Amino acid sequence: MNKLSIKLPGLDLKNPIIPASGCFGFGREFAEYYDLSVLGSIMIKATSVEPRLGNPTPRVAETPGGMLNAIGLQNPGVDKVMATELPFLEQFNLPIIANIAGTTTEDYVTVAEKISKVANVAALELNISCPNVKEGGITFGTDALVAAELTKAVKQVSQVPVYVKLSPNVTHIVRIAKAVEEAGADGITMINTLLGMRLDLKTGKPIIANGTGGLSGPAIKPVAIRMVHDVYKAVKIPIIGMGGIMTAEDVLEFLYAGARAVAVGTANFVDPYVCPDIIEQLPEVLTKHGFDSVQDAVGFAHR
Amino acid sequence: MVMRKQEKMYVVSQKEIAYDIFELVLKGDLVATLSQPGQFVNVKTGDGALILRRPISICNIDHQKSELTLVYRATGAGTKVLSEKKAGEYVDILGPLGTGFDLDQIEMDNTVVLIGGGIGVPPLYETAKRLSARGNKVIAVLGFANVGDVFYEEKFKEFADVYVATMDGTKGFQGHVLDLIQEEGLDFDWVLGCGPHVMLNGIVTAYKGLKKGFLSFEERMACGTGACYACVKEMADESRTRVCKEGPVYDMNEVCYF
Repeated sequence: MNKLSIKLPGLDLKNPIIPASGCFGFGREFAEYYDLSVLGSIMIKATSVEPRLGNPTPRVAETPGGMLNAIGLQNPGVDKVMATELPFLEQFNLPIIANIAGTTTEDYVTVAEKISKVANVAALELNISCPNVKEGGITFGTDALVAAELTKAVKQVSQVPVYVKLSPNVTHIVRIAKAVEEAGADGITMINTLLGMRLDLKTGKPIIANGTGGLSGPAIKPVAIRMVHDVYKAVKIPIIGMGGIMTAEDVLEFLYAGARAVAVGTANFVDPYVCPDIIEQLPEVLTKHGFDSVQDAVGFAHR
Repeated sequence: MVMRKQEKMYVVSQKEIAYDIFELVLKGDLVATLSQPGQFVNVKTGDGALILRRPISICNIDHQKSELTLVYRATGAGTKVLSEKKAGEYVDILGPLGTGFDLDQIEMDNTVVLIGGGIGVPPLYETAKRLSARGNKVIAVLGFANVGDVFYEEKFKEFADVYVATMDGTKGFQGHVLDLIQEEGLDFDWVLGCGPHVMLNGIVTAYKGLKKGFLSFEERMACGTGACYACVKEMADESRTRVCKEGPVYDMNEVCYF
């Protein structure tokens, strides 16, 4: 048996490494760098009913150990994604996780119904935690009841397992996790970015045109580890962990906290080869720390 | 598997050639993959806390020596750390990235004016070299804030008729590059520009619809590879393109005012 392989609802992964949504487009750019078939899966860029142009620029600002972004869910809309982007990804041996976004429950349901029928879409990731759009997004993810209702509605129409992406911008993330589990979610992905701001010292105004942005990168890893650790104890459904992963050691830390697979985000911006590099290094890191497989390391912190 | 576009390149030399302007010569296999002028590389500066790379345009390509030259301004924390790299050390480079100047669109007998403003000058150097090699008449109009900022005037003279403008008149013409062009009565078929937004806007206003041209734009980037959608630019047809991918060089007649 391949020591890196791991199973989650709908996802029979050859390894636990998944590029995170919004950090990998629809894979086209990275296909210029390496064969995407080496990946465990891909979380495609958030897809909405209608095309979205996104926010004005500047959309990013650097911070110590990370960055702020407020892209604003720029995407060509679900019909175009289904007509051009998902077919492009068919050439790779990959189950795709489709990240879906919306401003109303109906939006999510519409996208979920359509996109979950596509052959290479193996799971959905409900983006109820984007901090960079005025309506929808995070407003669904910060209230346990609302998050649960949305999960139920999407579960009713989806042909594939549904993962819910949690926001760290809440007081009690465990409550939200338990609510979506009860509502029928098949898994949890966490965490999305932390809401932040940087000011221009000359003008006194925010550097990012949107004002606030989502903080990502190694700076947020301890927050993510803590939250995965807490949620793992409280729910039975599997967790895909993310937040500041740069190395194979970071992956191991997330596995220890309770993640069964991980997503790599900002690191793709620093090194386009980071995912294949981590996949190559992971077996050695597992062995070094006394584990025969990824499966063995999951939840080690709780034993 | 395609060749890795990332390499720890050897620092051949680094020197300050004008106020805060550094010339960094790097050697490595990656140079063999460079061809189009106006493309850029994404540079790890070496400051551990600043994780993002810095996009820097390619100034000169020397395939025989496997060397490339970057000329950049060290004003931010990242580029300051980069400016401390010494000969014999290594710098992590990703590239080539972006779409540069498509010189094939320019007729061999056309006259081309290159308009560079400040740190927009460097990518025009490789461009001048290529245009000169293919027989084009090349005019370089280089604008700087003052005499202390001027660089590469002599180097451009090998490939172009060179005019220098400074805002305060401490060197060459006093004022904007576009005023210089008018004052000197320069005539040309193509305009290729790189520099601050206000200068590029001036070029668009003066020549859009009248001349053929390419302009190289700057925008705040994160990945430099087209993945993050941070550096979008609106086009005349209202579509949004990525400066790091479809750009940084655009057809002058397809971009918007901004």
